[in-house]
Amino acid sequence: MFRSLSNLNGGLFDEFRRLEREMDHLFGAGPWPNGIRSVARGTYPPINIGSTPEQVDVYLFAAGLNTESLDISIQKNLLTIDGERRVITEEGASYFRRERFDNAFHRVVTLPDDVDPEKVDANYRDGVLRITIQRRETAKPRQIEVN
Amino acid sequence: MTEKRDVVTKGSNGLSEGRVNERPIRMPVDIFEDETGITVLADMPGVSRERLDVQIDNNTLSIEGKMEMSVPEGMEALYADVNSTLYQRSFALSSELDGSKTNASLKDGVLALRIPKREEHKARKIEVRAE
Repeated sequence: MFRSLSNLNGGLFDEFRRLEREMDHLFGAGPWPNGIRSVARGTYPPINIGSTPEQVDVYLFAAGLNTESLDISIQKNLLTIDGERRVITEEGASYFRRERFDNAFHRVVTLPDDVDPEKVDANYRDGVLRITIQRRETAKPRQIEVN
Repeated sequence: MTEKRDVVTKGSNGLSEGRVNERPIRMPVDIFEDETGITVLADMPGVSRERLDVQIDNNTLSIEGKMEMSVPEGMEALYADVNSTLYQRSFALSSELDGSKTNASLKDGVLALRIPKREEHKARKIEVRAE
């Protein structure tokens, strides 16, 4: 098992994680298709996406990010986020655990079709990057008056 | 420093009350030691200073934090990698560490803890004299 080589921490909980990955693998191998841009569980940074009739919010959970490293772009309904999360290694210290992500990352998110790529806003707070994309007027529910 | 896993199931200091079924996130940490102490760095995005709780009790270091984010009313999840708003992890400290002098700081969701060694445990360089 080559997988165990990359798992330095071991332990029971990592066994659960392994099980989760196996499940992913199992379901991924099923007859139903995966999303073409779907990624494996545990890909950094974790993302949540929420929607209201007015907007779509994308939350990236990336603590200690240098926002200058971020490159966010949107093409129609395809949102691309590139960035880097670097961890400073303490010279001369002995490490017991190194679990925090230390690399460049890239994530692509397919948004609903009715988002307006001209109306995007991003802010970073407490280690969470929030990108808000407004939806087009026509997509919002309209009240229809009965005369 | 050894990790305690049993504590993860119960909220020790009230932050986890409310949503009983919420399974806490075991956040990634870096832990390293130098001559004067141990440093713990933990990624806890979404946690503000007010929602962070670090306790040292009976040589157990417990870190707990609650994510707090302003989400628009009526928002529905389309996709979620993160299914919990609670972070929890704890470690057993060894006796040479002076937990009472722990220093904590939180910036952009990264918690940095510095636990110094007791004076008498700091490594001394032993000179070998040639006779």
